[in-house]
Amino acid sequence: MKTLRVDISKCTACRQCELACSWHLTGSFNPAKSAIKAFVFDTIARYVPYTCFQCDEAWCMNSCPVSAISIDAKTKAKVVDKDRCVGCRVCTIACPFGTISFDSATGKVYKCDLCDGDPSCVANCPTGAITYGDVDTSSTSRMSQWALKLTDAYSVKEASL
Amino acid sequence: MSSSYTNRLLRVNLSDGSIKIEKINQDWQNKFIGGRGLATKYLVAETDPKIDALSKENKLIFVTGPLTGTPAPTGARYMIVTKSPLTGAVACSNSGGYFGSELKFAGYDMIIFEGAAEKPVYLSIYNDEVALKDASEVWGKGVWETEELLKSAEGDSEAKVAAIGPAGENKVLFSCIVNEKHRAAGRSGVGAVMGSKKLKAVVVRGTKGIGVNNPTQFFEDINRSKEILKDSPVTGKALPAYGTAVLVNVMNEYGGLPAYNFRKAQFENAEKVSGETLADTRLVANKACFACTIACGRVTKLPDEASEQYIVSTSSRNWKNAGEGPEYENTWAMAPLCGVDDIDALIKANWLCNDLGMDPISYGATLACAMELYDTGAIDEKTAGMNLAFGNAEALVKMAYATGYREGFGDYLAEGAYRLSKRFGHPEFFMGVKKQEFPAYDPRSVQGIGLAYATNNRGADHLRGYTIASEIMGIPEKTDPAATEGKAALTKLFQDATGVVDSSGLCVFSTFAIGLPEIVPMINSATGSNYSVDDALKIGERIWNMEHLYNLEAGISGSEDTLPKRILEGKIPEGPTKGMVNRLSEMLPEYYKLRGWDSSATPTEAKLKELDL
Repeated sequence: MKTLRVDISKCTACRQCELACSWHLTGSFNPAKSAIKAFVFDTIARYVPYTCFQCDEAWCMNSCPVSAISIDAKTKAKVVDKDRCVGCRVCTIACPFGTISFDSATGKVYKCDLCDGDPSCVANCPTGAITYGDVDTSSTSRMSQWALKLTDAYSVKEASL
Repeated sequence: MSSSYTNRLLRVNLSDGSIKIEKINQDWQNKFIGGRGLATKYLVAETDPKIDALSKENKLIFVTGPLTGTPAPTGARYMIVTKSPLTGAVACSNSGGYFGSELKFAGYDMIIFEGAAEKPVYLSIYNDEVALKDASEVWGKGVWETEELLKSAEGDSEAKVAAIGPAGENKVLFSCIVNEKHRAAGRSGVGAVMGSKKLKAVVVRGTKGIGVNNPTQFFEDINRSKEILKDSPVTGKALPAYGTAVLVNVMNEYGGLPAYNFRKAQFENAEKVSGETLADTRLVANKACFACTIACGRVTKLPDEASEQYIVSTSSRNWKNAGEGPEYENTWAMAPLCGVDDIDALIKANWLCNDLGMDPISYGATLACAMELYDTGAIDEKTAGMNLAFGNAEALVKMAYATGYREGFGDYLAEGAYRLSKRFGHPEFFMGVKKQEFPAYDPRSVQGIGLAYATNNRGADHLRGYTIASEIMGIPEKTDPAATEGKAALTKLFQDATGVVDSSGLCVFSTFAIGLPEIVPMINSATGSNYSVDDALKIGERIWNMEHLYNLEAGISGSEDTLPKRILEGKIPEGPTKGMVNRLSEMLPEYYKLRGWDSSATPTEAKLKELDL
């Protein structure tokens, strides 16, 4: 099972992910209707791509009164069946992360569906800030960065011995 | 048929408060593409070039291009087109960030402001809901605080704001319009025009989205451009690593970085303010404009102790936060040109310019002119209110504030170097063309850029014919910067091609890697147009001539296509380019001939007919 991974230190807030996502979801370039958003916190110089984490016990799915949200067999993404969705928006209230949204143009909700296993945001990110990798090893690269720092610490200790 | 044009414009009359949505003139769109070309056509059709730029008869146009808001790489740009109060010529100033794309998403290619409001207002746009609202709460405030307050008033943190600061309100002749706090339609005083109309800001939010005519072809075209940009040593490596300020060391080593108000062409302490030094010591992140895969924007932070030095009024409370810049031009104008080598003072002056809404090129260049007046004894400490010796970092910061508010000597600086130098009896200290200050390349050691400055429709400026690309960087091919031969044709080609880029919605920096053979197909697949590269160049030439005709009618004759005496006769005193002057007379007649203009710079009937003007 794969998951989206975000390295915020690489994000430049160019919003190519939003353009790609909105094209995938709506067939137009429309960042307001993108399921991923690159937020700009300018005074602290942080740019943060943010989208659905595809939680295991998905609040959106569990709260839907018409069972319009289901788990995709291939990607395990929580996906919205637009034919079933009645636009009640209960899921938008249930989701603690705000990552499922209502579109007044269609009267339905939308969220990240992992693009059937080939996420468009990943393909269009120019800096590699968003990647798609195995969920079970998603923390390995960060562990490795800290392991390197430990190496430095050990070197200092050895030198002082 | 789907297209990346919205085909709509907003016409806002500030005198009577009326707001209308109109269809874009399709004939003009075909003839000028969009952006700079299309807006200038509207300006020419609707205003008299002889009007006072700060009168209510002037119009202020915000315009996007067909690629603005699309994922075409660097498709972020919008332009301000109006008559300039600094030059009296046509003004067209370009900005990136997120404002232009948001305007497209709200459903508009363009906004035309006409008349003037009696009391401060701002325009609020949420898709089809458009209203003029009271701006008295934010009038007098800096750009940054204005943005925060208006987002809060509109209840939408994702709204995009383009605003003027105190400089625009006080009609500083080089004030600008700033969006997202640090992105500016910078040159020629477009902010003063907005200030004269009592228009504080435009706040826009759009959720409509835009389409393209031929998606399959469009994605193929933009992906090709993205690859080329990524593989280029300039857009793929140098700009992301060091920003545009990578040029500080390059130009200095060559002997083309003007210092001390053009008394020299090298700065002995350039390394202290170079892009490399900035990246090593003050850079905290790279920032992209909308859809930009280059991300040359510098996000910087001051060391704690520096954020408490040279405090000026309220704005300095933001100096503990991260901010953007400086880029190459700002660095040059406020550091080498003023003899200042304090990178923290430079950062603060740059942030002050952004917050006050003021062009840092003209500000730095005007201060450098004042410093030469001071150095020669034409003004003293009593007149200036402080020591204006070359190299005074404190003056750089504090005079920025005084200029934005027109306090004390700042009131004279606010008029720009042309008027300042005349006021104090030394017009020969003005380093610029058509009353606008030079940018950061010495035209004595780079011949072609001198011709580009002299003939530029908006006065001295590098962005409408950037021959530096060829003469220094070898893009698309290297020409000898010391030679005049071939520079007339080079300048014309760059000027015409840039007209297309400025009309497309792309950033001119994209052309370090891609050219019209890549850009024109993107326009075609986005809009359904069918331009060839030659058609596009013809449009660029049409735009250039249209702007030039506007200037002629405004009373700016060919005799102003010249350079200051220091550039034409005063030799570079030392360094690798010692002894060089600009040999304009070897290039200008050939340029006019290539343009199809007579010796007084008037286009021939045949040329006008050929261009359908």
